[in-house]
Amino acid sequence: MSMNTEFRPTIVAFCCNWCSYAGADLAGSSRLAYPADVKIIRVPCSCRVNPMFILRAFEKGADGVILCGCHPGDCHYSTGNYYARRRMTLLFSMLDYLGVENGRTRVEWVSAAEGVKFSETMNSFVEKIRSLGPNVRLGDLRCKD
Amino acid sequence: MQRLIDRAKALLESGEVARVLGWRKGENVWDVEPAFFASPEELSDFVYNGFCGANLSKYMIEASKLEGKTLVFLKPCDTYSFNQLTTEHRVDRETAYIVGVGCKGKLKIENIDAKGILDVQGAGYPDASEILTVKTLYGDKEVSYKDAMLERCHVCKGKEHMVYDELIGESVDTCDGDRFAEVAKIEAMSPEEKFAYFQSELSKCIRCNACRNVCPACSCRKCVFDSNKFDSAQKANTISFEEKMFHIIRAFHVAGRCTDCGECSRVCPQGIPLHLFNRKFIKDIDSLYGTWQAGAEVDARGPLTNFRTDDAEPSIVTKRG
Ligand code: SF4
Ligand code: SF4
Ligand code: SF4
Ligand code: FES
Repeated sequence: MSMNTEFRPTIVAFCCNWCSYAGADLAGSSRLAYPADVKIIRVPCSCRVNPMFILRAFEKGADGVILCGCHPGDCHYSTGNYYARRRMTLLFSMLDYLGVENGRTRVEWVSAAEGVKFSETMNSFVEKIRSLGPNVRLGDLRCKD
Repeated sequence: MQRLIDRAKALLESGEVARVLGWRKGENVWDVEPAFFASPEELSDFVYNGFCGANLSKYMIEASKLEGKTLVFLKPCDTYSFNQLTTEHRVDRETAYIVGVGCKGKLKIENIDAKGILDVQGAGYPDASEILTVKTLYGDKEVSYKDAMLERCHVCKGKEHMVYDELIGESVDTCDGDRFAEVAKIEAMSPEEKFAYFQSELSKCIRCNACRNVCPACSCRKCVFDSNKFDSAQKANTISFEEKMFHIIRAFHVAGRCTDCGECSRVCPQGIPLHLFNRKFIKDIDSLYGTWQAGAEVDARGPLTNFRTDDAEPSIVTKRG
């Protein structure tokens, strides 16, 4: 990599169909910019996201993974995001325990009306990952490289 | 031990149980193995000694499907696994006749070897004595019982059986350690130190699946780690996702259901401290969602199938620093 090539991180954003995905749409139609480095994967609910999805995204080359869902209390299926919240908390804590920088994962609650929040969240997350640099440790947790 | 055999014989003869699930003598005194005994005669191979670390609960999954009751011997820690399995509807309580056996701590042959005591022929099972007398080819040797114990016995959950039909034998308190001390030590390390530590441990893994196979919480009929290629594709040098993330995926699959029975660490041929993964989840669950012991109660709702509206946000991990 030459000195002036800027690091362009690959960001995977799992977005709930009922809120954040619509929030992303709104951000788009309101012409609010968010970096093209963010690849959105639509999920029916934040709780559809199995911890393995997050690990898989990192294994496939993501530098940061963010999960967006409806605000607690507003889940389309009533309680899905509460379960997701526990799972993600435990997973992120485990990644931290393994010495993998925990800033590479995030959960944000973004409603369909929050186009601005969506774009701000993505901008700040991309910024954070840029500062962390490329992900190397999460490629293989058995660390055999 | 004779009391266990006598009781097993009586129950088999009366027809109350159709088979006995216990431990069988191996070629060497320490390689005792789990086994089914179908008749009083077969019980001549039955053994219960310091090397009976194996938790027999998991074999009840298989036994539960058979005709008639199975007499199963469970140590105090094994009963938590049994309860967890009934909670998960893997084992039917009605199919088991549980004899809770006393436990004075179980031994690890590697710990005895490490003391330079080789060619072990037998090991006494002292009632109150602190010293274990080991019979070897070169005469009797002595080792402190505590030094020869499995890691899990130093942090034993207690000597009370969570479920049983009858109890036989005395137990001795063996707990002299803090279950979360090692986890806390790692938590205090820098990310580089943590990573280096786990790298050195996990790279020893030969992906033999022993930890999964022995684990009572790993009772899935179809496991994500079973590839349909039963050849070298199952082994360490494959690069499939499940292989690379094996330890963390498995630990997550059993999170909230793991009773910390210690079997995974006991059987790992590479001596990988797998309990450090499970106990990290347990420690987090305890501090974030309230103290939880899988298997202490039947039909309790586990922490990962439950929630509170005011649970901590995942960002707590970053904030905790
Ligand atoms: S028992 Fe040990 S070596 Fe075997 S798969 Fe499990 S961690 Fe790896
Ligand atoms: S993960 Fe290990 S300690 Fe936990 S239930 Fe399974 S074998 Fe026992
Ligand atoms: S590793 Fe996961 S999928 Fe495999 S048996 Fe254990 S819990 Fe089930
Ligand atoms: S439907 Fe959006 S988080 Fe459940």
